[in-house]
Amino acid sequence: MARAVTTQRKVTNTVIAWGVGLLIFFPILWTILTSFKTEAQAISDPPLFLFFDWTLENYAIVQERSDYMRFLWNSVIIAGGSTVLGLVVAVPAAWSMAFVPSRRTKDVLLWMLSTKMLPAVGVLYPIYLIFIRLGLLDTRGGLVIVIMLINLPIIVWMLYTYFREIPGEILEAARMDGAGLREEILYVLTPMAVPGIASTLLLNFILAWNEAFWTLNLTAATSAPLTAFIASYSSPEGLFYAKLSAASTMAIAPILVLGWFSQKQLVRGLTFGAVK
Amino acid sequence: MGQITLEKVTKAFGEVEVIPPLDLTIEDGEFAVFVGPSGCGKSTLLRLIAGLEDVTSGAIRIDGTDATDVPPAKRGLAMVFQSYALYPHMTVRKNIAFPMRMAGLSQDEQTRRIDQAASVLNLTDYLDRRPGQLSGGQRQRVAIGRAIVREPAAFLFDEPLSNLDAALRVGMRLEISELHKRLATTMIYVTHDQVEAMTMADKIVVLRAGNIEQVGSPLDLYRTPRNLFVAGFIGSPRMNLIEGPEAAKHDATTMGIRPEHITVSTTEGAWKGTVGVSEHLGSDTFFHVQSSIQKEPITVRAGGEVDLHYGDTVYLTPEADKIHRFDQKGLRIE
Repeated sequence: MARAVTTQRKVTNTVIAWGVGLLIFFPILWTILTSFKTEAQAISDPPLFLFFDWTLENYAIVQERSDYMRFLWNSVIIAGGSTVLGLVVAVPAAWSMAFVPSRRTKDVLLWMLSTKMLPAVGVLYPIYLIFIRLGLLDTRGGLVIVIMLINLPIIVWMLYTYFREIPGEILEAARMDGAGLREEILYVLTPMAVPGIASTLLLNFILAWNEAFWTLNLTAATSAPLTAFIASYSSPEGLFYAKLSAASTMAIAPILVLGWFSQKQLVRGLTFGAVK
Repeated sequence: MGQITLEKVTKAFGEVEVIPPLDLTIEDGEFAVFVGPSGCGKSTLLRLIAGLEDVTSGAIRIDGTDATDVPPAKRGLAMVFQSYALYPHMTVRKNIAFPMRMAGLSQDEQTRRIDQAASVLNLTDYLDRRPGQLSGGQRQRVAIGRAIVREPAAFLFDEPLSNLDAALRVGMRLEISELHKRLATTMIYVTHDQVEAMTMADKIVVLRAGNIEQVGSPLDLYRTPRNLFVAGFIGSPRMNLIEGPEAAKHDATTMGIRPEHITVSTTEGAWKGTVGVSEHLGSDTFFHVQSSIQKEPITVRAGGEVDLHYGDTVYLTPEADKIHRFDQKGLRIE
């Protein structure tokens, strides 16, 4: 039986939901607004909400001082590269865990997840030293590898959950129909898991794009992505709020657009398997 | 060709032995049905033949060649699954074409075989639909179509009708039997439904706990069940099994008599009883009669329009030459 919902209750719930939503969105909105103010207006008291002299000068200055396109390109390569590499490693791993599980599969999955429980800074020193040894410091390749490894547990977990939803009989049918392992994964498993793989890709891309700890610590100039671009405007001295906001807006804009257009896919991905 | 031989095949999952050493031959062109209660190992046995499970020991031969270590794709067998296991992202045409695509058949040959299978199975109008847009019966036909086009040495069916409703099941049962007559290919069919086994099989293999209880034609099993388990499992409604003094009169621990082999009279007979619940099927009526010879009621078949009611007194007489006798171990006494 459906629960009866009164109009009053609907209105209250809607208002609360919008309130919470706006509260969460407010910092981003404020950053975007601030990016169009002058530095003086940015720190004015009381704060100015909409009625200030809208200006694009921060964007002009930011672009003039640092080459946005170079950072953007680095971000694309690092986020994209780590995502693709992660998928190549995770698809076979998730396949084996979902379809030929051993007694230790659950333990392996938990162990993989446990690496996310360690604060990243705990392994900064060894990784930094390894990077120096291997000449990977401030290279895009090095970052692709590190960020792939950081996000790998999540990719494997997500794919594992998706693959588990695919009935084993269908794969057995493919085997009976003459498909080898390669054909089975290529023609049957992957097409059936496309929605899942797509949302995994997307989420991982966003996580990699926003990753700041490793990108800040392992890059200097040549391979710095947009996170480093933002950080370069956070200065302890001087008036930089508006420019920092402009830089942040420029950095999150691409991922915001991507997220907006793929929100259906993302929500489906994150709630997949929760309800039958 | 499709003769399948199992030689001392065993299967164990860890410590648990689900199939003790088992020998069985299924002749070329035969329709063999594996039947037994759930958990008896019939599906496992089929999956061993298919190659989807590895045998723990023993050998499987297909047409005399050892296929024990041959992967499923190379055994030349086709399987129809209980859940149909169609590829949801492919159209019916692509589903049926898939095994031929894997075998590398020419496009022309693929089209020819698809059209042929589709006309046999009444699927011509549905070739461009996806499995999700089909009814249960149509999906089952697609699964069969996918099996036919491979021209396999044998077809394996794993409870293919259990997801269909009763009316459709009878129809598909006839279609599969018809298909077997037409193709004359070996078919192995797993079911827990003894009616399916009786109506379709050339040879029935009754399984219990991984053991073969009896192998034979439907009528062999009906006429001469080798033990109490087969006696109780084959036949519907099931055979009346009577113990005690009545059985002793026939020098047996247990005597069995089928409901259709008991005559009913209102005046005289061997056993006196009271009519309990009756089931009217139109053509037949099944009476459950409470008698003095044992606690459980005795089931009796009578004609469709016999005028007996709840509480009436009746006399039952078993047909002497239709009595089955079993010893202490439950084995048949000849």
